[in-house]
Amino acid sequence: MNALRGLLKKEWRHILRDRRTLAVIVLMPVIQVILFGFAIRTDVKDIRLVIVDPTPDHVTLEIRNRLEATDVFHTVAVLPNSAGLEGLFQRGKAEEAIVFEPQFASRLGQGLPARVEVIADATEPNTGSTRQNYAMAVIRQYQRDQQTVQPGVVIATQLRMRFDPTAESSHLFVPGLVAFVLTIISALMTAISLTREKETGTMEALLVSPLRPWQIIVGKVMPYLSIGFVSVLLVILEARLVFDVPLRGSLVLLLGEGLLYILVSLSLGMLISSRTSSQRVAMMGALLGTMLPTMLLSGFIFPIESMPTVLQWISNVIPAKWFVTIVRSIMLKGTGLAYLWQETLILCAMALALLVLSTRSFHTRLE
Amino acid sequence: MNGTLAIQAQDLTRTFGSFTAVDHITLEVHGGEIFGFLGANGAGKTTAMRMFTGLLAPSSGTAQVAGHDVYTESEAIKRSIGYMSQRFSLYEDLTSRENIRLYGGIYGLASKEIRSRTEQMLARLGMEDAADLAVRSLPLGWRQKLSFSVALLHRPQIVFLDEPTGGVDPITRRQFWEMIYQAAAGGTTVLVTTHYMDEAEYCDRISIMVAGRIGAMGTPSELKQQYGAETMDEVFVRLVRPTNGGGAA
Repeated sequence: MNALRGLLKKEWRHILRDRRTLAVIVLMPVIQVILFGFAIRTDVKDIRLVIVDPTPDHVTLEIRNRLEATDVFHTVAVLPNSAGLEGLFQRGKAEEAIVFEPQFASRLGQGLPARVEVIADATEPNTGSTRQNYAMAVIRQYQRDQQTVQPGVVIATQLRMRFDPTAESSHLFVPGLVAFVLTIISALMTAISLTREKETGTMEALLVSPLRPWQIIVGKVMPYLSIGFVSVLLVILEARLVFDVPLRGSLVLLLGEGLLYILVSLSLGMLISSRTSSQRVAMMGALLGTMLPTMLLSGFIFPIESMPTVLQWISNVIPAKWFVTIVRSIMLKGTGLAYLWQETLILCAMALALLVLSTRSFHTRLE
Repeated sequence: MNGTLAIQAQDLTRTFGSFTAVDHITLEVHGGEIFGFLGANGAGKTTAMRMFTGLLAPSSGTAQVAGHDVYTESEAIKRSIGYMSQRFSLYEDLTSRENIRLYGGIYGLASKEIRSRTEQMLARLGMEDAADLAVRSLPLGWRQKLSFSVALLHRPQIVFLDEPTGGVDPITRRQFWEMIYQAAAGGTTVLVTTHYMDEAEYCDRISIMVAGRIGAMGTPSELKQQYGAETMDEVFVRLVRPTNGGGAA
């Protein structure tokens, strides 16, 4: 036990003496949350609005006025037909268009549904859907007001997203970020610190010592496990304080799942380091092997449902996919373990398999 | 320890795929002896040493190190040996004192014991003033001597030195060999690999490995006599290129 304590102390000294790396490890998650947070902010203002109103009447004028009265919209053009619309969107002059059906008021007067089309530039899907929602809100409000005066008014709004038919909700980035940060810290740092020992020859000294492989592994892994844990706490706290991301489920469950995921990533880092003996290769391996899949295939940024079947299938072996699902469910839906046991079990299995594999590769080097 | 066998190997072999790195070597190293392991790069010195230290399992053959079997008792072997690799085995961002403490703990010494041995060691090396400097900032020669002392910290029966004097100046090398003699005089068996033929002369006995086999073994003077050579250098060259510079060169 004295030996293990010595190893742990030594590892902490490595970490604490390498100030630059330490700063990166601690600050990176915090800065990332800020960056991601503001990048995905959906406070959409000054929307360049184009009105297509073939036959202006009191209803369309009223709706137009109401739109203009919000400080969100800014009408840049009023067109008699939608012919010029495409060009305006392409050139970025228009961000949103509202197309009224001809004879809007008279259709309403006859009790017929009047159609209005809301078109938004959804190059950035989140912004696109937000733009639409603002316009919809104004139109619905008008409809509700009218119904008290004259029941039976039906305005049929029809939505169309331009350029990207899918829309992501905005709160989703924090859960993904937790996974991302944990992956980097755990896998990358473990891989680098293990290969550093191989490069400097100290690993051999540890291997010829009476230390058992599990002691060497625990001595390596524990410090990064605790740093990862602190990062999770920081990220959750920051998400809460700065961005009001809710935590609807149990914090204990969330942290427990976090630990489980850190273990998976650490084992992955160990596995990577057992396949190489240079820090540079280990770093590239960890970046390509964990960061990219975590970014692209976990559903963190790109929804898995809209991926080709093959990629969806591959995404199942990415630990982050399951972890992102778990964190989202706990934070945003308040789901408990009763509904998350399958994902948790999968992560447990992955942790076990990776640990066995990496300890085994440790052993083969011994034998 | 004198009189007993520190290392005993019989037909020890290690293959990597179809390549035979160590090919049926048989040798005995006596307690308290300084035994030199010589050979060209890739001749199998390091592989043999890795098998003795328990870092690598033999493919066939038998071997006992400090009386323990390399197949079944590698834990007991590890407690009885010290090891210093070509790359010093010290943590460069830790201080000398911290390195000593760490290895003391790893080899299961009590804290009190570690403290007293640390002070003794630092005094012997004349490094009291540098004890709290990062090892990185020490001169190469100091690092090397410190590394050797750390390998002896737990007073092992056998210490393995894998090319310990690579890249150091002649004076430091001389001092280093004095330390080796001291250790051997204290009863520690020393197994050392080296490229330097003048160092071979310092050993009690040497074995020269050629392509995984032991090409020659004996005391330096026996070997010189046997090959009719003036220096160990000549012995080595004759062994490694037996056909007078012919062949593929």
